[in-house]
Amino acid sequence: MNLTGQIVDPSPGAARDKPAPARAAPPERDLRLDLFRGIALWLIFLDHIPSNIVSWATIRNYGFSDAAEIFVFISGYTAAFVYGRAMRERGVVVASARILKRAWQVYVAHMFLFVVYMAEIAYVSRSFASSLYAEEWNIFDFLKQPDATLIEALLLKFKPSNMDVLPLYIVLLLGFPPVLWLLTRRPWLALAASAALYYASWKFDWNFPAYPTGEWVFNPLRWQLLFVVGAWLGLGGAERIGWLMRSRVVLALAAGYLIFAFAVVLTWYFPRYGYLMPRWLGDIIYPLDKINLDLLRVAHFLALAVLVVRFVPRGWPALNSWAFRPAILCGQHSLEIFCLGVFLAFAGHFVRVELSGGPWLQVVISLAGIGAMIGVAWLLTWYRVLEGRGPGSRRAPDADLAGGTA
Amino acid sequence: MKAAALALAVLLAQAGAAMAGEQAACDEAKHLVQAETALPRVAAAIAERHSLKVIVLGTGSSTLPGPGGESAAYPARLEAALAGLLPGVAVSVVADVRPRRTAAEMKAEEFNHIMDERPALVVWQTGTVDAMRGVDPDDFRLTLDNGVKKLQAHGADVLFMNMQFSPRTESMIAAGVYADNMRWVALQHEVPLFDRLAIMKHWVETGTFDLYDASRNVDTAARVHDCIGRLLGEFIVDAVKGAPATPQDSK
Repeated sequence: MNLTGQIVDPSPGAARDKPAPARAAPPERDLRLDLFRGIALWLIFLDHIPSNIVSWATIRNYGFSDAAEIFVFISGYTAAFVYGRAMRERGVVVASARILKRAWQVYVAHMFLFVVYMAEIAYVSRSFASSLYAEEWNIFDFLKQPDATLIEALLLKFKPSNMDVLPLYIVLLLGFPPVLWLLTRRPWLALAASAALYYASWKFDWNFPAYPTGEWVFNPLRWQLLFVVGAWLGLGGAERIGWLMRSRVVLALAAGYLIFAFAVVLTWYFPRYGYLMPRWLGDIIYPLDKINLDLLRVAHFLALAVLVVRFVPRGWPALNSWAFRPAILCGQHSLEIFCLGVFLAFAGHFVRVELSGGPWLQVVISLAGIGAMIGVAWLLTWYRVLEGRGPGSRRAPDADLAGGTA
Repeated sequence: MKAAALALAVLLAQAGAAMAGEQAACDEAKHLVQAETALPRVAAAIAERHSLKVIVLGTGSSTLPGPGGESAAYPARLEAALAGLLPGVAVSVVADVRPRRTAAEMKAEEFNHIMDERPALVVWQTGTVDAMRGVDPDDFRLTLDNGVKKLQAHGADVLFMNMQFSPRTESMIAAGVYADNMRWVALQHEVPLFDRLAIMKHWVETGTFDLYDASRNVDTAARVHDCIGRLLGEFIVDAVKGAPATPQDSK
């Protein structure tokens, strides 16, 4: 922990260097990960409420990447950090078993959310008879074939809108054991393999099939790149490229790219300035594919990350202040809070439609939702302390806390 | 006699006020309907042949259910609006509308027939069904791209109309990607885009129409379609003139 140049996470090394005090005071968790994951969870919640004026504040309106990138990257970083240690200390089989158990937990959480969602849709469909929206009403067609719908949902092929992140995360975890094994032995090779898979799925147009038609909204074969890059950095890669992160040239490039992306995004919201955007440039950068994780999006996220590690150093005292506490709490229970956020977004939209409310109601719903997320995160922390597994009294390398990996 | 005249005057005034009110309600979204691109083939048809044939290629949201639904839906309202805006021009608007069709299905089923009809303008309303079925957005974009090229090669201008804004199903239909793709194709081919999604959203925000109403309220639906028909007519005439109309100070 320091305030000077060390901006990267040295934890795996640090754990080895000072084993003696580790029992009394385990290596400090990098609170920045929790903080930014917590913020990402709030942004995902705000973005999932349709036509929410508060979502103007979220980062997707200011550049190419959005909260999904933050979430996947940090999840990769934390998963590698936690399960990497397990693999070193307890072996490949135990670490793999724990990763698969985690994947199962995420699957169960996803199915629970699916049931909640179905209940809401079924309710809405009963009271919906507008003659203006006869076409849109067909979205309820799947309620007529519960057999196919439920089986396809269990197979993760049928995914209602906004329910695509957890299936991605399940697939990433299922594929993670061999990747982690390779990362602990030949990190560069693992990174190259991930890039090769990304390239191959681009070259041959691979994606997972969806039901009833189409493909996955987050193509796992592409998004794995960000997850593996996060894992690679979490396993000491950050130290390896520390010099790069401290370089002024990289900082300038990152800042320049963020400004460029911001300018491009502005032309979407002010079409009258669209003419300032040269045709050839548009041909190159569009359509900024989110499904397939366009490299310009990855670059935008990495540029953001460069700025963040530069200006928010590890061990920054403010990270322990009360102001950041709510976001950090949410980030430490990411699977639960993510699910809650998806549910609250449904519920918030439902409330707004029923009350036909204006902008103020949207603000109230947004704030109430974030408040509920913080409250539940606090409650979960309380339970954890109650069960003697609080951050202060960690017994074993804690899969759960880190397992807040979702 | 006097009383009757007075009553008539009041009635007329009321009707006039209602009409003016309706026009004002439509104009509430006028700033979202600025033609940035021209429609040269439509302009030529008007100037040289004094006739304008429009085909509306659409799905369920281009029509209204029930008897009289067709005459209240926006294609018929568009015909009336264009006839008023273009005196001396023989305007005909044909609705080629069937529900549940993706862009690719419309292209496969209707294009040959449309090209035989030789319209000056095809209003292509699409996006909703593709979004509901989760059609690959890349495929959707390619379909639009090829479709525009094909129609233009056969002497028709194309105008895109995107989805309706449907507050109740908004969280269930991921329309955003498809709306974005329509906008990109429109920009690339300099095809005007009638942004129905933004217009209807604006109406909801300003309280012009209560689109949250889930009941079978035929009246609201007819008024919404009337407005869309009018705004679309003005949009086409602006595009023909090749210059955007003076922006209204509606904000």
